[in-house]
Amino acid sequence: MSENRLTNILVPVFAVILGIIVGAIVMLVSGYDPIAGYSALLYGAFGDRYYIGETIRQVTPYILAGLAVAFAFRTGLFNIGVEGQLIVGWLAAVWVGVAFELPKVIHLPLAIFAAAAAGALWGFIPGFLKARFRVHEVIVTIMMNYIALYVSNAVIRSVLSDQGFKSEKIYPSASLRSEFLQSLTDYSTLHYGIIISLIAAVVMWFLLEKTTTGYELRAVGFNQHASHYAGMNVNRNIVLSMVISGVFAGIAGAMEGLGTFENVSVKAGFTGVGFDGIAVALLGGNHAFGIILAAILFGALKVGALEMPSAADVPTELVDIVIALIIFFVASSYLIRLVLTRLKKEGK
Amino acid sequence: MKKKRFGLSMSLLLTAGLILGGCGQQGQEEPKTDEGKVSEFSVAMVTDMGGIDDKSFNQSAWEGLQKFGEENGLKKGKGGYDYLQSKGDADYATNLNKLVRNDFDLIFGIGYLMTDAITEIAEQKPDNKFAIVDSVVEKPNVASITFKEHEGSFLVGVVAGLMTKTNKIGFVGGVELPLIEKFESGFIAGVKAVNPNATVTVQYAGAFDKADKGKAIASSMYASGVDIIYHAAGGTGNGVFSEAIDLKKQDPNKEIWVIGVDRDQYEEGKVPGTDKSVTLTSMVKRVDVAVYDLATKTKNGNFPGGQAVEYGLKEDGVGIAPTSKNNVPEDVLKQVDEWKQKIINGEVKVPTTRAELK
Repeated sequence: MSENRLTNILVPVFAVILGIIVGAIVMLVSGYDPIAGYSALLYGAFGDRYYIGETIRQVTPYILAGLAVAFAFRTGLFNIGVEGQLIVGWLAAVWVGVAFELPKVIHLPLAIFAAAAAGALWGFIPGFLKARFRVHEVIVTIMMNYIALYVSNAVIRSVLSDQGFKSEKIYPSASLRSEFLQSLTDYSTLHYGIIISLIAAVVMWFLLEKTTTGYELRAVGFNQHASHYAGMNVNRNIVLSMVISGVFAGIAGAMEGLGTFENVSVKAGFTGVGFDGIAVALLGGNHAFGIILAAILFGALKVGALEMPSAADVPTELVDIVIALIIFFVASSYLIRLVLTRLKKEGK
Repeated sequence: MKKKRFGLSMSLLLTAGLILGGCGQQGQEEPKTDEGKVSEFSVAMVTDMGGIDDKSFNQSAWEGLQKFGEENGLKKGKGGYDYLQSKGDADYATNLNKLVRNDFDLIFGIGYLMTDAITEIAEQKPDNKFAIVDSVVEKPNVASITFKEHEGSFLVGVVAGLMTKTNKIGFVGGVELPLIEKFESGFIAGVKAVNPNATVTVQYAGAFDKADKGKAIASSMYASGVDIIYHAAGGTGNGVFSEAIDLKKQDPNKEIWVIGVDRDQYEEGKVPGTDKSVTLTSMVKRVDVAVYDLATKTKNGNFPGGQAVEYGLKEDGVGIAPTSKNNVPEDVLKQVDEWKQKIINGEVKVPTTRAELK
């Protein structure tokens, strides 16, 4: 058991290191200095209190998106719809944020609750279709992403603005930002959402590992038929899992809407946070604590990469390749696992 | 066995440690290098997702900045001239702040999407100088650059009005924003000024990056007898070009034209295998001129903070492309010049909205 756990930790670490090394080779071959490149990356992510603030801001939605993917995954479901659930959550949070002005203690939780409810609804539909009609959740969630994108664009245009491309700014009473955090990080967009996302991670861990419901959810993930035989309501658990997954994703959207942007604008395409959440969940081993670490890595890569073109002259396109390589090795951790077991067998 | 694996992981960890250790030192050295250049003037810009090769205003802005940099003997990079490309909406603020932290004297945000980010950062950093293109930010340390797109559109409208054979003209817009309405209103006014019998069909694609939609709209317009289409639709407009080129390939004698936007789009309209282009003319918007001007003014200590500078025909900020003479006869160009003078003199006032048009 302990050796198994060691492998679980080693595999993602190897994956990241391999990605960094291959990324360095790509930079070398293309004629750029990998050490300068990576030092720029590191500086751009943690080099100064402003950058640390920006990195934490980016980590916040990643944690929640990762939790959303992982939660469904533990019940044996692939929630590809985190992106769409995030978008509707974002929209709902901002809608509540601009619609009325209330005391902060009511307004802020209400806006987050609205986002969670919207995400839950967007998760419920594929969950229900899966449980009732056995429609595969991957297809439904992918389609729901597009519905979310275009419906929210239409709402922003016609309801939240007068044919404009963005909503009004939310009232300060619904905002997650604070002057204290801004002064701490020299006006970064850091907001209190990070605390919410850490709480969410604890909630997920507790729910899955320490409650009967969590036990049932995991059991359905391991073996539906055995769970059914044991007297569990498999369909109910499928729906529940998608709904909770949607709640996490919706709250991730609230982080963007109430913290980072404080408004919502018409999107030409997906934000990518939901899809990156899949990689975060994979790298984090679908475990709450692992996801936090993975989200930190992804947030640092994303924010730090912005520094590479200016400080190390690495072109933006190459930065994308290097980041993609790291993700590639993370996603192919199965290969690394295979190599490790092979080594183990040879050792015996 | 366990030992072997442990050894492997340890050595990898150590390698990582070495790499990362190297990084740390490098990072500390960096600030020293730009300390020596404090006195020089430096300028940088943040692009939106289009990047500096978008064949539109980002590219144009970067060309202006490069010209400024070269003429003043600046180097690309910190302490000289530089750009940062945004990969998403969340990057605007980070990129702008990054330039502030690298001590650039003047920082441009290219495009109306950056309005919010500049407004916020200008408030937080009152000692830095900012500029925004295509939008107005009312802050003492922000210079706003906008263009009189309606004036340039009026001129290409004149060309279209005089050149149409079917008296049917099309306008394809990207997203229905006040900005694009300026193009539409000016264009229609130009057409009507010289050819009151012509009708202008207006259609919006709903996006700036959907070439397929542009192609579909162009296809139905040309089929209904429209012979000239003016597009103000960015990447969506590329579909208008490809439809016109396709039609021209099927029937080289068909008289159909496209009017380009933002930059000279003569090359975009080239029909493969011939030396002809379907681009009748282009409404150019000299973002490069505006960026260059503002950088020069700021360098000389005349930063127009808090002001909104509007570039029109008078300032050579908008106009028709020089390649127009390839497809437009001289007498038409002469008339365009006359209208241009009238606008500059103030004899003709070009509408900016549909309401003003009526």
